[in-house]
Amino acid sequence: MSLRIGVDVGGTNTDAVLVDASDRVLARAKVPTSPDVVSGVRAALARILTPPPREPVTAAMLGTTQCTNAVVQRRGLRRVAIVRLGAPATAAVPPLADWPPDLRSVVAGPVTLVAGGHDYMGHELAPLDEAGVRRAAAEAAERDLPLAIVGVFSAVNPEHERRAAEICAGVAGPEHPVSISSEIGSVGLLERENATVLNAALTDVAGAATRSFEEAVKAACGAEACYFTQNDGTLMALAYARRYPSLMLASGPANSMRGAAFLSGVAEALVVDVGGTTTDIGVLVDGFPREAPFVVEVAGVRTNFRMPDVVSLPLGGGTVVRRKGGSVALGPDSVGSRLLGEGLAFGGRRTTFTDVVLALGRAELDVPVRRPRIPPEVAEAAYRLATELLDRGVDRMRPSSEPLPVIGVGGGSVLLPSCLGGNLEVVRPADFAVANAIGAAISEVSGSVDRIVALGSRSTEEVREEVRREAFAQAVAAGADAGAVRIVLWEEIPVAYLPGNAMRLRARAAGPLARGR
Amino acid sequence: MTRRRIGLEELEDLAIGAAVLGTGGGGDPYVGKLWARQRILDRGPVELLDVDEVADDALVVAAAMMGAPSVIVEKIPGGSELLAAFRAVEQACGARADAVMCIEAGGINSTIPFAVAADLGLPVVDGDGMGRAFPEVQMVSFAAHGLPATPMAVADELGNVTLLRSVSAEWAERLGRALVVAEGGASVIAQYPVRGRDLKLAAIRGTLTLALQIGADLRRAGRQSRRAIEDLTSRLGGALLFHGKIVDLRRETASGFVRGAVDIGGLDRWAGSSCQVTFQNENLVAIVDGTVLASVPDLITLLEEESAHPVTTERLRFGMRVFVLALPCAPLWREPRGLAKAGPRCFGLDLDYVPFERRLARP
Repeated sequence: MSLRIGVDVGGTNTDAVLVDASDRVLARAKVPTSPDVVSGVRAALARILTPPPREPVTAAMLGTTQCTNAVVQRRGLRRVAIVRLGAPATAAVPPLADWPPDLRSVVAGPVTLVAGGHDYMGHELAPLDEAGVRRAAAEAAERDLPLAIVGVFSAVNPEHERRAAEICAGVAGPEHPVSISSEIGSVGLLERENATVLNAALTDVAGAATRSFEEAVKAACGAEACYFTQNDGTLMALAYARRYPSLMLASGPANSMRGAAFLSGVAEALVVDVGGTTTDIGVLVDGFPREAPFVVEVAGVRTNFRMPDVVSLPLGGGTVVRRKGGSVALGPDSVGSRLLGEGLAFGGRRTTFTDVVLALGRAELDVPVRRPRIPPEVAEAAYRLATELLDRGVDRMRPSSEPLPVIGVGGGSVLLPSCLGGNLEVVRPADFAVANAIGAAISEVSGSVDRIVALGSRSTEEVREEVRREAFAQAVAAGADAGAVRIVLWEEIPVAYLPGNAMRLRARAAGPLARGR
Repeated sequence: MTRRRIGLEELEDLAIGAAVLGTGGGGDPYVGKLWARQRILDRGPVELLDVDEVADDALVVAAAMMGAPSVIVEKIPGGSELLAAFRAVEQACGARADAVMCIEAGGINSTIPFAVAADLGLPVVDGDGMGRAFPEVQMVSFAAHGLPATPMAVADELGNVTLLRSVSAEWAERLGRALVVAEGGASVIAQYPVRGRDLKLAAIRGTLTLALQIGADLRRAGRQSRRAIEDLTSRLGGALLFHGKIVDLRRETASGFVRGAVDIGGLDRWAGSSCQVTFQNENLVAIVDGTVLASVPDLITLLEEESAHPVTTERLRFGMRVFVLALPCAPLWREPRGLAKAGPRCFGLDLDYVPFERRLARP
């Protein structure tokens, strides 16, 4: 029997769990996130590994907000050399044209536009200008800049991007960081380019994060295999995470949703994750987070990453309640992690959402607190505002009017009412407070395909089968157990104004880690 | 009369307003906006010219993209092809253009003329040939007035320029579409060269100012989205047809069209009612509780509740809360010659056109 560790580094807390081969939770810990991240991870690991377990720990999975914070705070980002394959097309809009100027000034390096790329059928627009790629690679090597390569319609045909990456490796060395867009974003050149450039800019952040996690895990329990969780709630190996840090920009919400699915045993549900400052509402489809459509903004940059579809509400356990004139106002500011010192129930002087719920006797905490004294009309009014906000969020996210369960997770979910969105029952599974770490621990491995296909003379069924097979093969190549891989996402989106019945097909296959991986 | 200049801020307004006039189709103005923004950054703002300010013998040429918006978001233009198309049409006309025209104020083609206008140092005329988005070359006010679509030039980023002289706007559509497909699904065109006197006769006037105004109002709306939408609707002589949440969505692709329908369950004063909007790239018909309330060529636009921003058919999704708006089309489209080009039957609908104001006034 072997054990696994799941860790989730959030803005406020670092959570960790230890699970056995049958996914039973053996130990859990919640510690404050440290400024350097890694000491908080070490502390959480120490807690769950005391006393030392009798079986060996074979794998550790980490979800972390480090990459997101780096982009938002513009910290630790590398300047990036950008190579676009598509000339003479695409020159009308240069790379990073629509970025916030402060972020652009940190990240923008030399831009090279060379001939290459494909049309929507996957035919070559022009032969790849290999000499041009070589020159760009030489400059990037000389100035030690990570490379971001993006080709027109690489989602349909990635051949030129792959060849360009080979050339860059040849010129700058196999260790030189190269990000290619077909492995990162989907259709939409500018959004995919933005995603690829962010990915390259995160090279150092990802290097430090993976290195420190690996060291912390080795020191704590000697586990050999480390994984990072990505935006779609599945795993990537350390080497992959180093190359594709952008794929973990939204791993936090993905982990808590996967954890909620696992803990509740429900595959179709709404997940409401209540933290100290915000509440995230997402949707589980087939046990995985529903994906956001099309464009997702990351720190002011339009991207087309695969991201969970989450609505974030300004409501958490620390949200401040005020009397304004004759009415009551709720947030949006929060005392956040200072709740334990500043909230009324904890002897402080600020009235928070937690205090309101306690005053109304609608929840009990597992720590001894005094029942806050708040005028009942104020408490009722604040509670009504919170419920309205939650109801609207739930209503916005629920896929249909059909009833489905609402799973409450996160430390603040004890504050949720028993019913949301009119008629949906809120269930709070055991270990709800560390659902995100559990989500990391039970993560699976996946393979994804996202491309535009022009059916032409082929039948839809033929194309579907091809895409299905490719997603399966990718999942197995990434380490999934071939016998247990299944399709977890399937989307067909018609493409407008294009003859030949083109459609965009997206598929994802996932399965548990194969034994011995 | 105060001259209007289109700079970077105005482009942002235009892009939002144009998406409203796009009635669900017409392509996302985003790429066109960025293209125009680059050119305006280089060359300075573009002047917007009232139709009446154009001299009778001045030559005005329309600039646009033709093809799939989903291709142009990948194969972004090179930047010089529109200039090449323009030069080809000028040469065929034996005269230099005095102004650039927008053929389609709805969608991506609202912003593209500003890119070439900045390059050429020419003004853009405040008007267009549709007052909204339509899918085909002949669905244009100039064609409805019997003015030719050609000489029309189709150009791609490689430098291919094809000059068409067609016997009708319908043939310009057919031939142009074939070229666009051969060139990879999206090309740029210069078309409908008209003299000032014909422009005054046939242009749908003030539509760019209209888009700018709509965009400015909606961008400023912030959290007051509902108020902004109601104000806008009444100011434009439109009607708020419905408010609700998307409960079902069907889309299928057939011969280059995305056809389908979206079902919306009512909220507040529409609670218990349901609305269906059918589309073929653009929104075609809005039906509430089984009764048709608006149809093409009137404008049917869905605005997202939260942001007050327009939603294209490609971005519709379950659970989205939307307002359904009807805005009156240009008067031309309500005349027999307009309906012959762009009435419900031109979209394969077995439906007689009745202006939405009359449909709503019925007991």
